[in-house]
Amino acid sequence: MPPHLSLLPFIVAGWLFFCGLYGIITSRHLVHCVVCLAVLQTSTYMLLLGIGYRLGGAAPVFADIFPGTATVDPVVQALMLTDVVVEAVVVALLLAIVVKAYEKSGCIDPKDLSTLRG
Amino acid sequence: MSERVRLGIFFIFGPLFLGLYCYAAMGLPQWGHYRGPYGDVISRVAVFERHATDAVNAINYDYRGFDTLGEEFILFTAVLGIMLLLRREEGAADTKADARKQGEKSNEVEDNPALSTTIQAVSLPAVFVTVIFGFYIGLHGQLTPGGGFQAGVILATAPILIYLAQNTKAFKRITSHPVIEVIEAIGAASYGLIGIAPLLLGVPLLTNVLPRGVTGDVFSAGTIALISACVGIEVTAAFLLVAYTYLQEIISGEIAED
Amino acid sequence: MMYVGAGILILVGISGFAVVRTRDVTAQILALGFYGLITALMFFFFQAPDVALSQITVGAVALPLMVMLAISRMKFRDSARQKSDGKEEGANHE
Repeated sequence: MPPHLSLLPFIVAGWLFFCGLYGIITSRHLVHCVVCLAVLQTSTYMLLLGIGYRLGGAAPVFADIFPGTATVDPVVQALMLTDVVVEAVVVALLLAIVVKAYEKSGCIDPKDLSTLRG
Repeated sequence: MSERVRLGIFFIFGPLFLGLYCYAAMGLPQWGHYRGPYGDVISRVAVFERHATDAVNAINYDYRGFDTLGEEFILFTAVLGIMLLLRREEGAADTKADARKQGEKSNEVEDNPALSTTIQAVSLPAVFVTVIFGFYIGLHGQLTPGGGFQAGVILATAPILIYLAQNTKAFKRITSHPVIEVIEAIGAASYGLIGIAPLLLGVPLLTNVLPRGVTGDVFSAGTIALISACVGIEVTAAFLLVAYTYLQEIISGEIAED
Repeated sequence: MMYVGAGILILVGISGFAVVRTRDVTAQILALGFYGLITALMFFFFQAPDVALSQITVGAVALPLMVMLAISRMKFRDSARQKSDGKEEGANHE
């Protein structure tokens, strides 16, 4: 593994995290804010995959290889499956909240939503 | 807090956090040299213990089945929340009905254009292929990559293809409300019941008590296949409910015009 | 072979940045769909077929679909409210 590639997944994970965070901070549309949150959640996939990868490892499906050959980590992939489900669910619920907030207040800009109304 | 203050805070503390993150990342093992013991243990042991050739699904539904139970209830609760948030308010429905009764022609709601026969001719075989593929992926969860959740989402796109291809009446007839709710509840509850049943036999929660079968058969690996089917049923119904809840106003707006 | 993986990782980073920088929400749906697909390709490269299937179905199909449903519902409410406001003004003028 060439040394300049050894930390690449972690760097991409950090870059995606900060991209999503920057998008949330400077967002001018509530739906754009929610999609940036989804991008932020995908940064954790890169981190988990970077930890679990093994050079020359096969996929952890033993339908055609013998158990015991070098595979990548299946535990991390099980964690990521739960992560993907939770991302979809969180985005769905947040979009319902956004739709309701837009119907009640009429403004789509997060800055205009900051004043409390009685 | 104005946007410039927010951006200022972000650009001050962001690099600080980034520096800490890089310092922590340098302590991780290099990309490609996986060190930990658990992955190798599962790879060596899962096929012989559970007779399931897909190690990831064996972990998801058997070794760490309790986490997946929690994830299914997260999905259930979120769909409950979406339906509570977006339910039809009586006041809003009445104003729209009054507006319509004032002798208005149906030009405010986008009329359902007559779709070309090409779209209908292509999408009906696509629905067929989608349903067959969804059942295949869902039933072979313990053998090949796939499993309940992926199959649920694939099956949920079939009625949406129908909505795109034909008018909304067919979609409304398929996703008629009470049946889909009952199916989702049955899917979530049966996962819990499959977990509780081993307690009556004296073994811990969610133990794999069904016969394991021959490795490589479709009906093997005990409760993994059963749990995978329950999860698939629940996820299909959950996504259909979410789509129906979002489209409810648009559907009823168009259908009440007829 | 590792250079192919590094290239895909950099492509993921670039398309994530593109999703964030697209301000128009209707165009952001397309960017999100592409981002989901390129992430699924990366999962295939990392020998994770289960997760790649999940990511294709969720990140490239279900997520853009839900964003599209939310946007279309907001636009429907907008047009319905405009029509009822227009009718009230028309009734007031008469």
